[in-house]
Amino acid sequence: MAEHSAEKIPTVIADKVDIVYRVYGTGAGRGSATAALNRILRPKKAEKAAGVRRVHAVKKVSFVAYKGEAIGLIGTNGSGKSTLLKAVAGLLPVENGKIYTDGQPSLLGVNAALMNDLTGERNVHLGGLAMGMSREQIRERYQEIVDFSGINEKGDFITLPMRTYSSGMAARLRFSIAAAKDHDVLLIDEALATGDRAFQKRSEERIRELRKHAGTVFLVSHNNNSIRDTCERVLWLERGVLRMDGPTEEVLEAYEAFTGGKS
Amino acid sequence: MSQVIHTPPPSPAEAEDDLTALAARYGLSVSGARPSLPQYIRQLWARRHFITAFATAKLTAQYSQAKLGQVWQVATPLLNAAVYYFIFGVLLGTKHGVSDYIPFLVTGVFVWTFTQSSIMAGTRAISGNLGLVRALHFPRAALPISFALQQLQQLLFSMAALVVILFCFGIPLGISWVLTIPVLFLQFVFNAGVSMIMARMGAKTPDIAQLMPFILRTWMYVSGVMFSIDSTLKHSSLPHIVQVLLEANPAAVYIDLMRFALIDSFHAKQLPHHVWAFALGWALLAGVGGFIYFWKAEERYGRG
Repeated sequence: MAEHSAEKIPTVIADKVDIVYRVYGTGAGRGSATAALNRILRPKKAEKAAGVRRVHAVKKVSFVAYKGEAIGLIGTNGSGKSTLLKAVAGLLPVENGKIYTDGQPSLLGVNAALMNDLTGERNVHLGGLAMGMSREQIRERYQEIVDFSGINEKGDFITLPMRTYSSGMAARLRFSIAAAKDHDVLLIDEALATGDRAFQKRSEERIRELRKHAGTVFLVSHNNNSIRDTCERVLWLERGVLRMDGPTEEVLEAYEAFTGGKS
Repeated sequence: MSQVIHTPPPSPAEAEDDLTALAARYGLSVSGARPSLPQYIRQLWARRHFITAFATAKLTAQYSQAKLGQVWQVATPLLNAAVYYFIFGVLLGTKHGVSDYIPFLVTGVFVWTFTQSSIMAGTRAISGNLGLVRALHFPRAALPISFALQQLQQLLFSMAALVVILFCFGIPLGISWVLTIPVLFLQFVFNAGVSMIMARMGAKTPDIAQLMPFILRTWMYVSGVMFSIDSTLKHSSLPHIVQVLLEANPAAVYIDLMRFALIDSFHAKQLPHHVWAFALGWALLAGVGGFIYFWKAEERYGRG
C-alpha cells in the first residue's frame, strides 16, 4: 500500500476533518431579544444559552485523492456530502483537522455570479471573469460555451435576458459556463441532474474530458448510474462519518443494500 | 468502466502523521488559508476585469426591467434635483447666505449620495452576496471595491445631469472643472476604503446594515450638504474643537472641493483650511487602512 501511494501524486488530503455549523436564533432562546443580547455580550461563553445550535456535519473524515481520479461522494440526504465539498474548496472552515490541496480546488458553480436581468451573452462573460478566466480565454471559448449549452438550438436566445429562459435552459447555460474552465481539482455537486438526457450525456463526457486534462474530480450525486459512468472510486458518507471508501462497484453495492436497493 | 486503482486508505489512527507528512512531501497547502498581502494585491489585480464587469453589470441590471431602460441613469438624478429645486428653491426660497444656492445644493446632494450609497452597498457587500462568496474563489475585496465602482459610474451619470443643471443656472465652464478628476479619484478611494471597513463589520454583524441609515443621515446633516459650513462657522460661537471637526469631516471636504471646482461663485476662501491635505489624507487613511483591515479577515468571509 505504501509503495502504491508513493508513485501516485496526491491532490487532496483530508486529515481527520471535523466541520461544525453554528446556527443562530434557534432552540430555546429562539431569536428573543435577551438571547440576542447575550450573544453579543458573551460571544464565547453563552453559545448554548444564547440559542446557538451546533450542527456537527462532518466527523473525523480522512482520505487521500490522487491525480487523475474521479471520486464519487454518496450518502443519504443530509449526510454531509456537500459540506465536505465546500470545505475541500476552502469555502467552509474546518473545526478540527486539516485539508491539504494542490492548487485551488474549485466548485463547479457559477450561478451566484450570474444576473437574471442580463443577456446570456453578458452572463457568459461575467461568469467567466468571476471564475478567474481572462478576457481572451473567454473570447476564445465563447462559441464553444454557447454551442455546448445548446441555447441557440431553438433560435437566438443567447442575446435575450436570462430571466426569459426556461429553468432547464438556464441550468444548461450555467453548467456550460462553469465547465468551460480547466480546473486542477474539480468539485461537482449534483450538476448532472440538470437538462434533458442528451445534455446529461454531453455533461458526463465533458467531465471525463476535464479529468483527462488535469487533476481530480469529485462528484456528489444521488444518481448511482452517473456515478458508475464517471467514477472509479466512491466515498460513502453517512451522518457525517466516512462509512466506506473503495472501488465504485463495491461501495455502491453496499450502499444499495443499505438504502434498500434503490438506485 | 470501473476499475480498482487503489486500496482503501489507512485507518485514521495511523493516518495522522502520515497524512501531514504526505502533504508536506508533495507540497500541498492548507485549503482556504489567507494569502499574504502582496499575494492578495496580485490576486486582486488579476481580477480587475471582473471588478469592472461586475460593477457595470449591476448598474445595467438596475433598470433593465424599465421601459425607458438606461435613460433612468440620468433621469433619476435629474428628478432628484428637481425635487430639491422645488422644495428649497420655490417653496422655501432658501439661500442660507449662499449665492447660486441650487447648484450648491445639487452638487452637495450628488457628491454626498456617492459616499452614502458606497458605504451602504459596502456594508452589504459580503453579507448580501454570501451565495457568491460561498461558490467562487476570488479576493473578497473585489466585492466592496466593485460596489464603490458601481456608485462611481452612477455618479458620472449624475455629473452629466449636473452639468446640464449648472448651465441652466448660468454657471460658466471654467478651467477649474479639471479639478473634478482628482477630487473624484480621492473620494472614490476614500469611499472604497470605508466600504471595505463596513464590509468586514457587516459580514460579522449583519445588524449594522439596520443601523447605518441613521448614522449616515446624521453624517449628512453635519457635512454641509444643505448649508455652507463656512458661513455657519463665521456667525456661530461653537467651540474651536467642533469647528475643526466640522471642517475636517471627509464628506464635507470632498463636497466643498467639488463645489469649488464646478461653481464659479464658490471661492477658495470658502473652503476649509488645508483642504487638499485633508482630501488626500482621508483617502490614504481610509484606502490603505480599510484594505488592510479587510484583508485581515479574508479567510473568514462567508464561512460558518
